[in-house]
Amino acid sequence: MNPIALIATKKGLFQLLDDLTVQPLGFMGIPVTMVLASKNRKQWYAALNHGHFGVKFHRSSDMGVTWEEMSAPQYPQNKSPQKEQPQTDSPQDEKGASLKLIWSLEFAEDNNDKKLWAGTVPGGLFYSDDSGKSWQLNESLWQYKLEQEWFGGGFDEAGIHSICVHPDDASHINIGVSCAGIWQTTDNGDTWQNKSKGMRAEYMPPEQQFDPTIQDPHLLVQCPTSPDSFWVQHHNGIFKSIDGADSWSEIDTANPSNFGFSVAVHPKDPNTAWFVPAIKDDCRIPVDGKFVLMKTTDGGQSFTTHKKGLPSTISYDLVYRHGLDVDDSGDRLLMGSTTGNLWLSVNQGDSWRCLSHHLPPIFAVRFVKQF
Amino acid sequence: MATVNFTQNLKRHIECPSLYANGETLHQVLTNVFRANPKLGCYVLDNQGQLRKHMTIAIDGKTIIDRIRLSDKVNPDSEIFIMQALSGG
Repeated sequence: MNPIALIATKKGLFQLLDDLTVQPLGFMGIPVTMVLASKNRKQWYAALNHGHFGVKFHRSSDMGVTWEEMSAPQYPQNKSPQKEQPQTDSPQDEKGASLKLIWSLEFAEDNNDKKLWAGTVPGGLFYSDDSGKSWQLNESLWQYKLEQEWFGGGFDEAGIHSICVHPDDASHINIGVSCAGIWQTTDNGDTWQNKSKGMRAEYMPPEQQFDPTIQDPHLLVQCPTSPDSFWVQHHNGIFKSIDGADSWSEIDTANPSNFGFSVAVHPKDPNTAWFVPAIKDDCRIPVDGKFVLMKTTDGGQSFTTHKKGLPSTISYDLVYRHGLDVDDSGDRLLMGSTTGNLWLSVNQGDSWRCLSHHLPPIFAVRFVKQF
Repeated sequence: MATVNFTQNLKRHIECPSLYANGETLHQVLTNVFRANPKLGCYVLDNQGQLRKHMTIAIDGKTIIDRIRLSDKVNPDSEIFIMQALSGG
């Protein structure tokens, strides 16, 4: 049996095999916040967040049979002089940053399984060229975080949840930050530009609603065969760009809700994308208790809702931002919820089959793709 | 030398036998312990060298006061226990 997808949960890592069984793969009882694997690379990676012992990073060279602990990204120690008196706590500005979460992981180059990007809470982007034996904080982006005082969205501190490496140019990268909008580099991280023009945050005071540095994209995805096309599920709604993130247009045709966390884009058709709606934003349950998937095939001009195979009675499932994925073909979608349900669709989301009702709360699902 | 003991729950993830270490403060003792095993230090201290939020340390039966600078005094015959805090679940 071959793994076709990995499922990161609050209580360990699981794999979906090609016979559609779900098997535990490791780290039982430990929150796995992100996982990274591909068909054409030997190394697999998993990020953990122990409740007590902090964030850890592991690598497997045998498709998850065994795992080796590598180094986790590390923020530089604050060099400011320490007070003489014993301290039980310290103000944030004196304390310095410390890694809270690895929220996103991507391969940095084609045909290389050792070069990695990691997006973290509290807002730092890290690079490794040695499989996570060592990491370097991207200082130029981190300076923006410190100067602009990015604030948290979903966590107490800011975090990078999306990393989109251009399929034809690995030095061209777009990232999504809660809460600092979309950022782009075209020189492999030496310099960065905010690319949130057109995004709107209705929940902010009027004079701040279009401020690019306070935008809260929940997830950014890039169409691999049309890399100028992006979709964002934003805290305030759905946004689309067709010019490489130079500008964004707000999509207001979604029904039953434009609020949600996850989005997936068809790998060969930038006009087809899927969303999982919920009631914004302090409620965060399906609208009217009816769990559905939303799909557009015309670039957001219209949406259809799909519920065949999804819960027919009142449901409280929420799909986190990394809880929806589409495979290389664009036909199969995988979706995992906070209630531990895992669903598969083989017809572009039109109907679904539940593969498990009893998994732990699901943080992320990822097909093992060719990339 | 002080004796340093680790919670059994940590032994599931990383080797951490009880050991002896020199130092007049907790910071000095832990520096000596983790110098030989920096990966173990990452399970106990955060990136700033402070005690992780959901960890706790007791010296001779008393919970330490200084979680930031780890300046609590240690005697040559002290017994140090590094444990999980209940706040972490």
